Amino acid sequence: MARYAVRQLGYMALTLLVVSCAVFVLNEFAPGDVARKLLGAYATQEQVEHLTQQLGLDRPVLVRYVEYMGDVLTGNLGQSLTFKVPVAQILLERLSNTLLLAAIAFAVIVPLAVLFGVLAGMREGSFQDHSILIAANFLSSLPEFATGVFLACIFAVWLGWLPGTSPLSPSGNWSIASQLVLPVLVMALYDMGYLIAMIRVSMIGVMRQPFIRTATLKGMKRRDVIVKHALRNALIAPFTAILLQINYLIAGVVVVETVFAYPGFGRLMLQAAMSKDIALVEAGALVAVLIAMTTQLAGDLGYMLLDPRIRIQK
Amino acid sequence: MTDIAGIASQAPVVATARGARSFRLSTAGYVGLAIIAAWATAALLAPVLPLPAPNASDLAALADPRPSAAHWLGVDLSGRDILSRIIWGARTVLTVAPIAVAGATIVGAVLGLFAGYHRGAVDAVLSRTSDIILSFPVIILYMIILTKFGASAFNIIAVIAVTKAPIIYRLVRAMTLELREREYVAAAQMRGESALYIMLVEILPNARGPIVVDVCLRLGYTTIAIGALGFLGIGLPPPTPDWGGMVRETYGMISVYPHMAILPCIAISSLVVGFNLIAVGLRRRVRHG
Repeated sequence: MARYAVRQLGYMALTLLVVSCAVFVLNEFAPGDVARKLLGAYATQEQVEHLTQQLGLDRPVLVRYVEYMGDVLTGNLGQSLTFKVPVAQILLERLSNTLLLAAIAFAVIVPLAVLFGVLAGMREGSFQDHSILIAANFLSSLPEFATGVFLACIFAVWLGWLPGTSPLSPSGNWSIASQLVLPVLVMALYDMGYLIAMIRVSMIGVMRQPFIRTATLKGMKRRDVIVKHALRNALIAPFTAILLQINYLIAGVVVVETVFAYPGFGRLMLQAAMSKDIALVEAGALVAVLIAMTTQLAGDLGYMLLDPRIRIQK
Repeated sequence: MTDIAGIASQAPVVATARGARSFRLSTAGYVGLAIIAAWATAALLAPVLPLPAPNASDLAALADPRPSAAHWLGVDLSGRDILSRIIWGARTVLTVAPIAVAGATIVGAVLGLFAGYHRGAVDAVLSRTSDIILSFPVIILYMIILTKFGASAFNIIAVIAVTKAPIIYRLVRAMTLELREREYVAAAQMRGESALYIMLVEILPNARGPIVVDVCLRLGYTTIAIGALGFLGIGLPPPTPDWGGMVRETYGMISVYPHMAILPCIAISSLVVGFNLIAVGLRRRVRHG
């Protein structure tokens, strides 16, 4: 297992390298752009060329990439053009906001998904199963911005119970906690359906196993059969899927953050990409891939710990 | 990203070879089909329907932009007829989404067949590459690429095709790995058929059930993606009637004129529900043979 982890870490490093290189080349292929962006539309072509030279942007892209990676490894992520602060600073600030949102959403999503997934899967084909599956399917069919608009209309505009925006600073009479409710709700509704379906399928598989029949036939109460025997086994397979949701919750919530004007990582990346804030885009992409690879690795390792039958061969 | 019906299609690969022959739908499937058919008809008929042009603004209607006899669903902030923009928007999404998904399916299926049939180094490289693409949060990839190269219909189709292809690739590869061990494949090999013939004539038709189900799912999620891009302001450039863009333009006004944002949201939600219902309906048939 340790060998497996080391192998995966190596693979992770390789992926990071490939992705960072791809993003760097993509962004800096036309070096004139950076100087043009800095100087504005009225600068002459000469000025642009001069600055390009001064910044060393006229050198081959690979040379600059190696230099950039050297900087990154020493902790220097560069300066953000739009925010006029070090990239690391703004990135950390927004990332921690998103982590807050993600943590709350995760804490809401997982127990509910387990509950509904198990309720649906313990009696395949029952009314209960069908209703849960239909509801889950329906909810995950709604785009996040649509759910956001619907919920904002109901809770912010008509009922006036919750704020429609979440700038994370005390605005009006709304506390910060109340600003988190709608974004978390939208994320939970959109994301939960997938997990419910996943846990349901796994539960159905477990309920068909002989040991469940044995437990039932020896006179065990149904409740105990489910809680003591089925549940544990039913959660092994979806474990990786559950962890992978972290990936979505942190890096995939651009839309939710935009709907509620939440100062998070996703919206920062959108702003950076739109204003061609290249240093920020590159660092953000690295962070996103790092999160993705870490959750994947954690998922794989956790899966192996949970299920001793899995042996990695190769 | 997330796909509910896709999960169930992982299990019964064996049963599909039999079930793939019948594409009869269940009730849910018919409801989905009806929704899609309604949108497709509206989209096709858009030019002949007695509607104002989608980009024509009726400034007089701005005095009261809510639904009226002249504008059944009201007008937006520029006085453009919402019903007309929704119907023309259906035309946009029903063109872009199927082309993008078709591209992803062709690329994914061809590579998946190839990797699953030949295995070895090609398979390893392709599978690693698809893992990398899948591990990257796609929305961030969309933002980087579309802001860099501009948000034209072609670019949107291209990025969606590239990011969805690995999903189809995985499915087709897994099925090919299983189907290549069948007797009829061995028989074809004995006859001396070429690898290409075996992949396309022997294996692909037997894998088509789950592929069709997955295509329906991808259509739904692609619709969501196109909507999200429009909403984020990196979708099709205005004034193209685009549902996500319509929500973006009017979202700030929901406290005054909620209908402007709600109506396109209902439109896009119903279309995605339609695609997903077809997938659910098909899958039930595919599974139970």
